[in-house]
Amino acid sequence: MSAHDTAIDTRAGARAGIEPEGRKPRRISPGRIGIYAFLIMAAVFFLVPLYVMIVTSLKTMPEIRLGLLFNLPKEPTIQPWIDAMVNACTGLDCHGLSPGFWNSVKITVPSVIVSIICASLNGYALTYWPYKGANLLFALLVFGAFVPYQVVIYPLIIGLSWAGLFATLPGIIIIHTIFGMPLLTLLYRNFYASLPVELFKAARVDGAGFWRIFFMIMMPMSVPITIVAVILQVTGIWNDFLFGVVFAGRENWPMTVQLNNIVNSTTGVREYNINMAATILTAAVPLIVYFVSGRWFVRGIAAGAVKG
Amino acid sequence: MAEVSVKNLGVSFGHLKVLRDLNLDVTAGEFIVLLGPSGCGKSTLLNAIAGLLDITSGQIWIDGKNVTWEEPKDRGIGMVFQSYALYPRMTAEGNLTFGLRVARVPKDEIARRVERTAELLQIKPLLGRRPSELSGGQRQRVAIGRALVRDVDVFLFDEPLSNLDAKLRTELRVELKKLHNRLASTMIYVTHDQIEALTLADRIAVMHGGVIQQLATPKEIYRRPINRFVAGFVGSPSMNFVEGTLRLAEGAPAIELPSGKRIGLGGYEFSARPEDGRPAVLGVRPEQMEMKPGDGGSALPIEVHLIDPMGADSLLWGNVGTDTISVRIGPDDTFEAGTAVEAWFQPVNASLFDAKSGERL
Amino acid sequence: MTLALRRAFPLPSIVGTIPMILVSIGVFVVGIGFSVLWSFTSSKLFPNYDFVGLLQYRRLWATDRWLVAVNNIWIFGFLSIGCNLVFGYLLAVFMDQRIRQEDAFRSIFLYPFAMSLIVTGLVWQWALDPNLGLQSAMRHLGWESFSFAPLVDPQLAIYGLVVAGIWQGSGVTMAILLAGLRGIDQEIWKAAKVDGIPDWRAYLFIGLPMMRGAVATAFVLQCVSVVRVYDLVVAMTGGGPGYSTTMPAVYVIQLITVRQNVGQGMAAATMMLLPILIVIAIGGILLWRRGRKAKAA
Repeated sequence: MSAHDTAIDTRAGARAGIEPEGRKPRRISPGRIGIYAFLIMAAVFFLVPLYVMIVTSLKTMPEIRLGLLFNLPKEPTIQPWIDAMVNACTGLDCHGLSPGFWNSVKITVPSVIVSIICASLNGYALTYWPYKGANLLFALLVFGAFVPYQVVIYPLIIGLSWAGLFATLPGIIIIHTIFGMPLLTLLYRNFYASLPVELFKAARVDGAGFWRIFFMIMMPMSVPITIVAVILQVTGIWNDFLFGVVFAGRENWPMTVQLNNIVNSTTGVREYNINMAATILTAAVPLIVYFVSGRWFVRGIAAGAVKG
Repeated sequence: MAEVSVKNLGVSFGHLKVLRDLNLDVTAGEFIVLLGPSGCGKSTLLNAIAGLLDITSGQIWIDGKNVTWEEPKDRGIGMVFQSYALYPRMTAEGNLTFGLRVARVPKDEIARRVERTAELLQIKPLLGRRPSELSGGQRQRVAIGRALVRDVDVFLFDEPLSNLDAKLRTELRVELKKLHNRLASTMIYVTHDQIEALTLADRIAVMHGGVIQQLATPKEIYRRPINRFVAGFVGSPSMNFVEGTLRLAEGAPAIELPSGKRIGLGGYEFSARPEDGRPAVLGVRPEQMEMKPGDGGSALPIEVHLIDPMGADSLLWGNVGTDTISVRIGPDDTFEAGTAVEAWFQPVNASLFDAKSGERL
Repeated sequence: MTLALRRAFPLPSIVGTIPMILVSIGVFVVGIGFSVLWSFTSSKLFPNYDFVGLLQYRRLWATDRWLVAVNNIWIFGFLSIGCNLVFGYLLAVFMDQRIRQEDAFRSIFLYPFAMSLIVTGLVWQWALDPNLGLQSAMRHLGWESFSFAPLVDPQLAIYGLVVAGIWQGSGVTMAILLAGLRGIDQEIWKAAKVDGIPDWRAYLFIGLPMMRGAVATAFVLQCVSVVRVYDLVVAMTGGGPGYSTTMPAVYVIQLITVRQNVGQGMAAATMMLLPILIVIAIGGILLWRRGRKAKAA
């Protein structure tokens, strides 16, 4: 220990020797107050838009025109919510968001299932049954995670049209499977690589092959990572706009596209209460997933983000 | 009963040659231990025998059959792993029966074998539990059981006791030995723990750098290590080495230390007739030396550094020239640090190695 | 040691990964190949193979709309990534002070990330709307001269997008960086305390360098989302006023859908790919050199 360190140590020791007489200093110091002040201000920044949207969506249009943005509604009404769900118009079509909601369900559910099956198989095969060139394929896939979508969108439009799948439900499901694959495969590969290889070896000695090991040993063990994957995919696909608007076709437009059309393409008077109710409704599914899943969601981000 | 033969085996990972031209013959019913430091290729050899990795060259024979390209399940082997490798989502019974179910063994036959195995390993009350509900020792019992139910003649163990604490390890070691006596099956056992090797093995294969250095009985390995690596690796504390020059000219053979002092080697059995003046290394185990003269022994001059009490006995640490030396002494013997003492040994028990090649002389 | 295979081509493994083979090769190699190929043609509504050399690229870089888009992505990228990292790290450090209700704060900071960028865009379109949002609210509260309406000013609209980007992205940055902070060996902090180093210095000069992985992760995540930013612009400004907030991603989609100019759209898309390729190449070289150094050592 150097002389410098010793000096600091004795000083700290001396202070400690004097201080303990009298009361222990209370924990609420100016520093603590500063910490909470900063955090609460930050929380306000994040929460105010949501608060305003909720209160506005419960007001009538005349009340909104008063401009008292932060006030609670004087005569709360849920009519805007009903209008948003079933009556709001996009152009001549006035069925609200409900068709979009059901389209999003029809897109999200199969896309999540198909993409997770593909990705878990990829991760399993890459970890335990790598064939010649498999790692090159994986490198290309990871590269795909960084590619701007715009570079592959047009070839995909042409390819799907050629296969007769452009602007169809199967088409958009394929698209979500493609673009979910890089991240999910990475997720599953890292998960399987973290398992002891001996498990796989034991199953091989027991005579199980590729499919049996996957279905009987690996799948039952993959529950935690699959929860993460489901959260990631449900929120990701539900929130998608670009692929929906390009690939789903008019009859299958998801909720996000409907929402944007209702809000941004209406002519005439802007009905803010209906618009905001529609917005909250669109955000509801991922928000519910988020609040229910709690720490799993954070884990998903961390797991998904560990890219190198 | 089945013998295992490894012929000219080569294994490479990319450019790295892990095993080269390796030969090993295990007779039926034998307990062979593959012993070596990590990275010596012992686990690779075991995995190659199991059929869990692709070999580059050579052949593997089990029970008179060339199984080089057979699937692991068709080789007539059972395997036990260091991390137990129990399927976490199955009960102990599920773990035992998985392989049999895969092979579509009839149900009553499965029940019979599980019954017998559970009896043998005393794991009956554990059968309904998941691996996470078992202790380390219990898990390893189930893992051993999984190998036993396969009704095979060759068992492969990949450091099965390394994850257990010291007490359990000793317990299971004894049990494994009993199991071998009872089943009389061929067992190949990988470990880096020399106590396990010395206690369990009929023969030990000491491995280093992808090559079997010596294949012999534990006694032979301990008494007559074939080269300096084996001599240094087996035994704890390890064998003392003192460098010098071989003198044969004037009467009895001796080794001349750099200080000029000559240590007599009368009674040492040379493997081949060595030449005079060859640089050599004298190897003596700490427990083969005494601090008082025995009959007809030779003495090493030691400068004492310190005494390490170890309970049942003590270790004296000192120097012979520039070489560090340890001697096992009685728990109550005392020596002053800095004093010069003499440690006596019988040359017939010592080992002599060529200084360059490390081979036994 | 990697698991060596028993055979070079295990058939079930190949069958099981057919989708991956199709996506890796079919989409990310062949697809990108076609995009680049078409960027050298005069393709309009449908792709053709009438090669015109670099004409599309020359036209692209002579188009004001594209130049604005490129300019915007730099402004948006620098500001939103920079602010997100700084604000995110600040939040992470404050969250690391053994505060009460940590989970509640975390949920609040992170929830915008769970929502669609369309929703974020609309939220901030209203928040910055002069007749509805912040400005009108402040004026109604009595501050008559208050003026903050970036979205109607072509010069300022891009900064409105930055605010929305921070609202959406700083929570994630916080979560990643906080995980990084918690991953640091606790004894380091104790050592710093014993040495009498002030907290802010410890966080800046000891903590930050030790969590390079987390910072890199957060940074890469932000970069990818910046390059892809499309939904936010469409929902918040529609690229306006005029085309002052257009972005490369928006520009490409417009060209291949509404404006039916595939050749130039593909040229613009190829330009978007270029910086990514350069970054990957640099990363690859760095990894390769580090690997060589490790081998030499």
